[in-house]
Amino acid sequence: MNKNKEGQGIVDRIWSLFSSVKLAVIVFTIISLTSIVGTVIEQQAEPERNIKLLTKLFGDSVAPGLYRFLDSTGFTDMFGSWWFMGLLFIFATNLVICSIDRLPKILKVVKTPISPLGEEQFKAITSKHEAVVKGNAEKAGPRVIEVLKKIGFHGEIKKEGGATQICAEKGRYSRLGVYVTHLSILLILFGAVVGMKFGFNGSLNLLEGTTSAVAYKSNGQKVPLGFELRCDDFDVGFYPDSDRPREYKSRLTVIEGGREVLNKEIEVNSPLTYKGITFYQSSFGFEPNRDAIFKFSITPSGGKTQDIAVKFGEPFAVQGTNLTGEVADFSPALGVDPSGKLFTYAESMNNPAVFVQFSEAGNPKFKQWILKRYPDTWKTEAGTVEFRDLWGVQYTGLQVRKDPGVWIVYLGCIVMACGLYAAFFMSHARIWVRLREEKNSTRVTIASSINKNRIAFGRTLDRFVRDLQDKA
Amino acid sequence: MDSSFFFGVATIVYILAMVAYISYLAFKNSAVGVIATTATVVGFVSQTVAFGLRWKEFYEIGRMGILRAIPLTNLYESLVFFVWCLILGYLVIEWKYKTRSFGAFITPIAGITLAFISIAGVSTEIQPLVPALQSNWLLAHVTMSFISYAAFAISCATALMYLAITAEDRKSFPYIFWTVTLAIFIVSFIAMGIDFVTLKISAKTPQAFIQNYMFKATFRSGSGIIVAVSSAAFLAIVFLVWRYGFHLRKVIAAFSLTPEILDDLTYKAIAVGFPVFTLGGLIFGAIWADQAWGKYWSWDPKETWSLITWFVYAFYLHARHMRGWRGNKIAVMAVIGFACTIFTYLGVNLLLSGLHSYGSMQ
Ligand code: HEM
Repeated sequence: MNKNKEGQGIVDRIWSLFSSVKLAVIVFTIISLTSIVGTVIEQQAEPERNIKLLTKLFGDSVAPGLYRFLDSTGFTDMFGSWWFMGLLFIFATNLVICSIDRLPKILKVVKTPISPLGEEQFKAITSKHEAVVKGNAEKAGPRVIEVLKKIGFHGEIKKEGGATQICAEKGRYSRLGVYVTHLSILLILFGAVVGMKFGFNGSLNLLEGTTSAVAYKSNGQKVPLGFELRCDDFDVGFYPDSDRPREYKSRLTVIEGGREVLNKEIEVNSPLTYKGITFYQSSFGFEPNRDAIFKFSITPSGGKTQDIAVKFGEPFAVQGTNLTGEVADFSPALGVDPSGKLFTYAESMNNPAVFVQFSEAGNPKFKQWILKRYPDTWKTEAGTVEFRDLWGVQYTGLQVRKDPGVWIVYLGCIVMACGLYAAFFMSHARIWVRLREEKNSTRVTIASSINKNRIAFGRTLDRFVRDLQDKA
Repeated sequence: MDSSFFFGVATIVYILAMVAYISYLAFKNSAVGVIATTATVVGFVSQTVAFGLRWKEFYEIGRMGILRAIPLTNLYESLVFFVWCLILGYLVIEWKYKTRSFGAFITPIAGITLAFISIAGVSTEIQPLVPALQSNWLLAHVTMSFISYAAFAISCATALMYLAITAEDRKSFPYIFWTVTLAIFIVSFIAMGIDFVTLKISAKTPQAFIQNYMFKATFRSGSGIIVAVSSAAFLAIVFLVWRYGFHLRKVIAAFSLTPEILDDLTYKAIAVGFPVFTLGGLIFGAIWADQAWGKYWSWDPKETWSLITWFVYAFYLHARHMRGWRGNKIAVMAVIGFACTIFTYLGVNLLLSGLHSYGSMQ
């Protein structure tokens, strides 16, 4: 960086601005502060909601004007606004230029293995230890290397100005951890941009038995899928004896060129992906209609089980008897109150039940509520009538997404994990050992440096010196 | 012997440890110090056993996968796990730094939290998970988030101590900052304790607790009088801490804690918390959201506040390493970081709209 302002061109000036960490902390601050506003103001909401909120916070007189101001500056949809994107862009540029600016220096450090220190350099290092070892340098050298191995260092004997120095280092590449971390942030941002440019987010409600070739964006716009998707069935599983849902399942079929190419049951946390488009189980609903089909399994006493599918009011014969049945009423969620009365307690199909009228030769014989989740109610005079499902009335709500950038984001996450590990849990430690022969012994001077975790390293060195002297 | 027996043992032993650590401070008797450490280790072991047993009990009742049964589903369990992380962190510090001085600060938090839980009664009811929550990523996300919260809590405590021993003057900003912050923590603790004791709390999830119960017995009470009394008590406590804060400083100084050690500890705790938070709090949370909803990031208030917290700690690291910030300035940043952490966990649900509901399918 050029310190001389006069001689700096505009490019240099911008470069030095964007290579400064000062800009980074300023950008951190601005992003944080504006984001706080973005969590208070409800994003992409109806204007009334935010005006109500502002009225609560600041009073009647200010709210409308303040809302107009916030709306025109993009704070009501700030995470998609041009200026927030601009901030993220500055953030990314800062990161890129800052890294480029320092990378050559750091690469040089990382590429150069440890070398012996000259007299002056050796003196300048403040972290020193000393030990006296019996025997001459010929004998002391290998001993030092052996003890170094004990603390996990690989020592090499090198000559420096006629004297012998033993050098050892560990974790040189960990110095790149910070840069790897920064690179991962860029990767994630890049992946997000790819996703925004080439992907889409939509939704799709599919009634059981229906097919769609498009999904819908939040603004209602149709997005062609390039294939067709059919919902074969939707089902909610409950925990035993409760209305607490355990699972939501949709059986989906992908149809391409008239052929069924894929069949999968999806659940929350377990989506279906085909040709880059992913379908997530996200909601469901109940839509009564005339075409719905009631499915039963009927087992007359002593007889064989038979599966039946009928529409509302359509008579069916109970094999092995003279009886016919027909569905006369339906409830999506039938409950029993303490006095024994039946009532419908929910709009969704928590506990579907049918009211079946049984007749013999056209004369009503008996009628009964049959509840899907209560086997006790399946027993009738005609045998066991299990109500399996009402099919064609529930729709599955799917979140539809195409995001070709998501793999870049995931890759970025993995890189970030590695980078952070190297940046925080690894360090670059260096040891230089100088041997000086005295009368019957060798004086061993140890200079060392480490870029973090100084205290722990100091303790390791103490152990090293102790071991060295014990050996002597 | 079931999990509640071991929780009981842990609670009592932590309280004994607290007494021992405080006497150790007073008398500097090394035998007392050994007793304090032993008690903490015993408490930690029995809490670990209790945690394991409760996990097993959940597994047997819930009939879910073994990982899914980790007892981290409601507020009590989160608090218990938080205490566990805190004690673990403390024991590591005691062992690495060879000082028992922090015990007198950490064990009271542990003992009091567990005692509150016992008074309120741990809800042993099994909460089967709704579909969106049945995810191993979510599990890793929650667990690691709490580990990082514990690390940030430690950094906040040491940063406050740093300010306490370096601030010279009652009117200086660092002094006012640390006393007021400490007072707010104390008041929140007391107010939550009152919630636990006076309200028959039956909240199923932390979110439900925060929304329906937190501070309802005091600041958010329906009665204007109670709100007024609570606010007056709050101001009184702030004043008392401000007025007598220097006594605390003497206590800390008596432990031979130097500003250097405190600053180093603050950094170390953040250096552990930051990567764990990044991985567990942000990345695993995003992966879970991606698998459950098809959006790895949707800028809802909870996510945004996690990001803000992350930026504050990134600020801390860069300001300290690259801009050479030291002393009061950097300690204040550490405290702000933890304030953001708490806001992410509590405040978003308490004060903001709580869009981070666990899905429309609850
Ligand atoms: C939120 C985004 C960022 C994160 C999470 C991040 C993370 C980190 C981490 C963990 C370190 C190591 C600190 C330590 O050793 O304690 C670091 C160092 C550093 N960061 Fe960042 N950083 C971010 C953004 C930036 C930006 C935008 C710049 C651009 C100026 C930048 C410049 C630096 C520099 C120059 C270093 C020191 C590198 C060295 O020691 O050689 N960082 N960063």
